[in-house]
Amino acid sequence: MRSMGVAGAGKSRAVKREITVRVDGIPRRLSIDTRMTLLDALRERLGVTSPKKGCDHGQCGACTVLSGGRRVLSCLTLAVTQDGAEVVTAEGLTAEAATPDGRHAGRDLHPVQRAFIDCDALQCGYCTPGQVVSAVGALDEFEKGWPSAVTKGLGAPRLDRAEVAERMSGNLCRCAAYVNIVTAVQQAAGAAAAQRTAETEVAG
Amino acid sequence: MKPFDYRSPADAATAVRIVGGDPGAVFLGGGTNLVDHLKLGVVEPGLVVGVAGLLPAEVEELGGGALRIGAGVNNSELAADPRVREWFPVLSQALLSGASGQLRNMASVGGNPLQRTRCVYFQDVTTPCNKRKPGSGCSVVGGWTRHHAILGASEHCIAVHPSDMAVALAALEARARVLGPDGERTIPFVDLHRLPGDAPDRDTVLEHGELITAIDLPAQPIARRSAYRKVRDRASYAFALVSVAAALDVADGVIVDARVAFGGVAHAPWRAYRAEEALRGAPASDRSYRAAADAELADARPAEGLDGGNAFKIPLLRRTLAATLRDLVGEDAR
Repeated sequence: MRSMGVAGAGKSRAVKREITVRVDGIPRRLSIDTRMTLLDALRERLGVTSPKKGCDHGQCGACTVLSGGRRVLSCLTLAVTQDGAEVVTAEGLTAEAATPDGRHAGRDLHPVQRAFIDCDALQCGYCTPGQVVSAVGALDEFEKGWPSAVTKGLGAPRLDRAEVAERMSGNLCRCAAYVNIVTAVQQAAGAAAAQRTAETEVAG
Repeated sequence: MKPFDYRSPADAATAVRIVGGDPGAVFLGGGTNLVDHLKLGVVEPGLVVGVAGLLPAEVEELGGGALRIGAGVNNSELAADPRVREWFPVLSQALLSGASGQLRNMASVGGNPLQRTRCVYFQDVTTPCNKRKPGSGCSVVGGWTRHHAILGASEHCIAVHPSDMAVALAALEARARVLGPDGERTIPFVDLHRLPGDAPDRDTVLEHGELITAIDLPAQPIARRSAYRKVRDRASYAFALVSVAAALDVADGVIVDARVAFGGVAHAPWRAYRAEEALRGAPASDRSYRAAADAELADARPAEGLDGGNAFKIPLLRRTLAATLRDLVGEDAR
């Protein structure tokens, strides 16, 4: 990271830094004000508008992205800290599933995105990209055996509705589409488990 | 937001030297609280020093069941650590009861205890607040007090500390390892946070430029039977109205030893020594649990408020302590 600001001059003048971030698989180099959040850098500078600005204070989850493979809130992340980071938004989930020629047909949707559509897990849709990315991160955490506040004992938890609701509690839905969101996350988890089982059988 | 310079030095010692030498500089860890404060204007640093990648990010075994938790370990990883879950369940449960999955992935062990109160007046720069601007007054008087303190408050501030993790650490004899401009020191966790007194702007005993590098947990067999119980206005993703961290050693229906700390009721995580004293040697019964709560809450001073005040926290905490201890004793039956 190259300093473009004047050391010690931060009191009154904007301080700029250059960063390189991989966003949805594409390296993006940009000069940013140190005050800029990752959310604003994505939306306002890079035109990546799937992460939404709901509350901008870490209370709603609409801005959720993956950074380094983990779900985080882009509204509480300074872009300057993301130099060299790998960021994936809801748009990038689709690209990940794209065919080698880069075409994004409907069948290329991520299993979580497909489950949200199948289960009608949205109403207005504003929180949906954040919900979807959060669900991808939550399912990865579940696969790693991470417990939640409702997990009992030390054994591997079952992904029942209470577990999904707790793990997704950082994503608010003003339309209250929660009932179908929980179903969608369970369906996506089942699809992923079935996929793994099939792969194991083929490999075995 | 006021402009600020940003630096990310090569190591923690350099970061400490930079911040220690600049009164307008602050450390940035996971950013979950500081970045919000930058937006709100609660803090206006001239220099932000990123330390997220500079601090140890491992949980190290010190032998005999003791752990050293690097300050760079995030809250999710610590909660999921098998040793923490088995040896110190109260800590794992406290972490998981706080914030959301996204925030726990961002939040660091070193930063979590240093998060600041969520008092709405502290966070609203248009209102007087002795914590944000010493001497300006306290807007809670005659205001909203539902989320404020009943123990250890002063006329200058009745804010509460918001961390759940810190309540568990206060019950667990934890020690904070701190690196400062003058070298290293170790602070018993129960002494890290201050009561407001006449200087509510100071949350902790840390000096400017001091950085938590690790949290040490000594081996404690009692902690294997421990739990965290949090009561809040919604089932998840909310701060505590009251919370209880407790560990119990019970034999033949008698409490041999106990560790108890309360959250949501004071400017600091509240180690309930008087409750522990009342529990030692007492029969494991609801009557004992209530008596222990009453011993600790004898000096409780609820605040009146536009929202009906916070006197409800006294019976709520009494019941929450009793429920927590009852469940811990009941673990025998599992």
